[in-house]
Amino acid sequence: MKLTLWTYEGPPHVGAMRVATAMKGLHYVLHAPQGDTYADLLFTMIERRNHRPPVTYTTFQARDLGADTANLFKTACQNAYDRFRPEAMIVGASCTAELIQDDPGGMAETMGLPVPVIALELPSYQRKENFGADETLFRIIRALARPADRTAQITCNLIGATGLGFRHRDDMTELTGLLSDMGISVNVTAPYGATPSDIKRLGAAHFNVLMYPETGEAACRWMERELGLPFTRTVPIGVGATRDFLTEISVLTGLPVRLDESRLRLPWYSASVDSTYLTGKRVFLFGDGTHVAAAARIARDEMGFEVVGLGCYNREMARPIRALAMEYGVEPLITDDYLEVEATIEALAPEMILGTQMERMIGKRLGIPCAVISAPVHVQDFPARYSPQMGIEGANVIFDTWVHPLVMGLEEHLLHMFRDDFEFHDAAGASHHGGAHVANEAGGPAPQPAASPRGISAKENAQAGAEVIWLADAERELRKIPFFVRGKARRNTEIFATRKGLREIGIDTLYEAKAHYAR
Amino acid sequence: MSFDTPPAAGCRDAPILKQRGQHEVFCGLTGIIWLHRKMQDAFFLVVGSRTCAHLLQSAAGVMIFAEPRFGTVILEETDLAGLADAQDELEREVARLLTRRPDIRQLFLVGSCPSEVIKLDLARAAERLTLTHSPHVRVLNYSGSGIETTFTQGEDACLASMVPTLPETDARQLMLVGALPDVVEDQALELLAQMGIEAVCVLPTRRRDDPLSVGPNTVFALTQPFLGDTLTALERRGARHLPAPFPFGEQGTTAWLRAVADEFGVDDATFERVTAAPRTRAARAVTQAAETLAGKSVFFFPDSQLEIPLARFLTRECGMTAIEVGAPFIHKSIVGPDLELLETGPQLAEGQDVDCQLDRCRAARPDLTVCGLGLANPLEAEGLATKWAIELVFTPVHFYEQAGDLAGLFSRPLRRRAALRLEAAE
Repeated sequence: MKLTLWTYEGPPHVGAMRVATAMKGLHYVLHAPQGDTYADLLFTMIERRNHRPPVTYTTFQARDLGADTANLFKTACQNAYDRFRPEAMIVGASCTAELIQDDPGGMAETMGLPVPVIALELPSYQRKENFGADETLFRIIRALARPADRTAQITCNLIGATGLGFRHRDDMTELTGLLSDMGISVNVTAPYGATPSDIKRLGAAHFNVLMYPETGEAACRWMERELGLPFTRTVPIGVGATRDFLTEISVLTGLPVRLDESRLRLPWYSASVDSTYLTGKRVFLFGDGTHVAAAARIARDEMGFEVVGLGCYNREMARPIRALAMEYGVEPLITDDYLEVEATIEALAPEMILGTQMERMIGKRLGIPCAVISAPVHVQDFPARYSPQMGIEGANVIFDTWVHPLVMGLEEHLLHMFRDDFEFHDAAGASHHGGAHVANEAGGPAPQPAASPRGISAKENAQAGAEVIWLADAERELRKIPFFVRGKARRNTEIFATRKGLREIGIDTLYEAKAHYAR
Repeated sequence: MSFDTPPAAGCRDAPILKQRGQHEVFCGLTGIIWLHRKMQDAFFLVVGSRTCAHLLQSAAGVMIFAEPRFGTVILEETDLAGLADAQDELEREVARLLTRRPDIRQLFLVGSCPSEVIKLDLARAAERLTLTHSPHVRVLNYSGSGIETTFTQGEDACLASMVPTLPETDARQLMLVGALPDVVEDQALELLAQMGIEAVCVLPTRRRDDPLSVGPNTVFALTQPFLGDTLTALERRGARHLPAPFPFGEQGTTAWLRAVADEFGVDDATFERVTAAPRTRAARAVTQAAETLAGKSVFFFPDSQLEIPLARFLTRECGMTAIEVGAPFIHKSIVGPDLELLETGPQLAEGQDVDCQLDRCRAARPDLTVCGLGLANPLEAEGLATKWAIELVFTPVHFYEQAGDLAGLFSRPLRRRAALRLEAAE
């Protein structure tokens, strides 16, 4: 048993629902107790779908336990077929039905339904949502896809986009455009928008684009083996990755790389002097493996941040994330326990967090700016506007999204230049942060009084200043030091004072320390 | 239409359509979300699967981050393989939890579908844990599983589990039963106090040490219609149930207070003096908010068991017509007084076969459909205005001062529909 307050992933049957809901003409019969229908609202509310997920629940109750649940399943299955007339069905059990061992697959097989019925085995007590989606897509494709003649022109499939996926909708659009510039059209996108008949003609493509390894890798590997379709390894999130992705495709197809960069703004925005203040911003990354790996490259190579920590919650991606962490010289954090994530963030005290909805809340609690890069996400991250993460426009979106929560460079300078002005004192914060934000530039936090709203700086102050006390005049003097070296000056002075065995820091100590370190 | 003239024929004996099939409802675990706010020193520990944890997180939305006093111990493969160590595992996790949260005084072990199916003996676990952690912590247990409970029944199971532990009393007293938002509870107590009824206690209390006892001279009034098991448990302790319509709207609140006042011998003049001003306020607020509602039809999908009293409020005080009133369960001994006040006409339905019910709803094309979040957006996309039902459980809606807000909850979707001048893109 394991105590859990927050889960990054749902149970595996929610993953199967994400595949079923993404598709058309497919129906999912889920052997599940009353109450499991809660998952419907993830799709109707968070993703704002305008139709019910194509899922029928058997809704068994305590009084049905025994032989009756099997009949309940068969009736539900037959009714679902009669009502919805799908091209194919998937059947499976939720965690409770797994315990009563009714074998939905076997039962459905004996019913002789006139459409393919695909049985799912999803171990609810070992695996989670992403596995459920990956496995379901793999089962569907294995059951339906057959070798076929290649299309005359070069086409590809987009594999892995599902319901409730972070920006999957717009990533598909963006990729379709990128590929079209290279002269490649899309054969099928699966599961998002595909019907079972579309799945049957997957084999006609020349290769697969694996958009999201978490939800499409098993299917791509099977298609590589059985249908002879190679698949791409690079996920085109970020400028560098997009270019590598197109190079990879060029190798696969023999077509020359063609990338229309006329709308690509990230490189210039990042190079412009306004972005100088981003240099060396210490960021912490957490999310699903794919998005974290992509974000790490952008953060370091395209934004000039310093990656101080990274990790993922899906252990399926643990190996690549560990390798990546080694490359970045940081400790990998592979955990699905948000308290561990929170503790790590507190210890690292980054200036920015790139993470999930959960890290957003951690950031809010600790007063650290945060941008969302990965599922799980709330309703605001299923936006109405076009906002992909992949490709050219994705890079633009990412630049804006990441920079926005940070105090603007110029604003930060003004804040400090006029810090004694009644409207611009340190505690006033930046205008768009509702007064709660206190500037925190390289060099560490300013010596705030204990009333500082920033959990981290308060804690750091408490730790560092536990043995030495800043006298009021010394603290006033410290504030006259430019903000970008102030934190360093504060730390050095405290270390100096501790070494000298001083319990209080006056102006003299401050300048003695300065002289000491100047040597 | 006035309160003094009940309908010639109410719905008490109207036929009830009973259906089996897919239920589009929450399980009883969801009750934790409001119960933990009410009981400030309680922690709700679900023993279940990842699905249970995911459900609570999805239903609780952002509340999960505000240092929640609920959590899930997720069963793993090893727990399923050998049941012997399940008790030890649980004791270990509970001990860890209580060390981390020393402010917890009552711990509820909440059963789920998986724990019920593998017959994990949580009652015994609760007894053992009480011995280990008493007197500081009391450990109780109830089931919020979907195979046994629907949505608000989780509160019923929780309150019923507390009744056997209450101290015995012979005092003549009134007990209010049902978790209400604090502001509403205070209003109710104030009204009763003004009528001279001072010996009042509330189940559940805000904190474990707040006074609460039960005995043969206790009469209790329910403030929520979904408390069937709690009613039985209280009767078993010798207390007597006071049947009344539920305190929704001006008329419902007055009738509810009237039943209590009669029981405690409050004279008419006092009753009139205490209720006159808030009655007028409530009636005026309802009239304003209900302008949009008059003449409109309403269709209830089953959700919380609040449906029958709410249909009574909407038809009698807001001028709506009910087409179908679905409820997960209909306890006639509890909602009888409301059924009597509900004019015959609407189809009463107990249980659900959601696809069939959707067919009936589409055929009837009601002006307003009250349903869960899994159905609301799909129905809106079909052109039907919806009011999502869960809000009715979280929002303060009982008694006089909330009557206008209650009508407002139903009129807002219709006013919004009228305000939007957009054709949907799809």
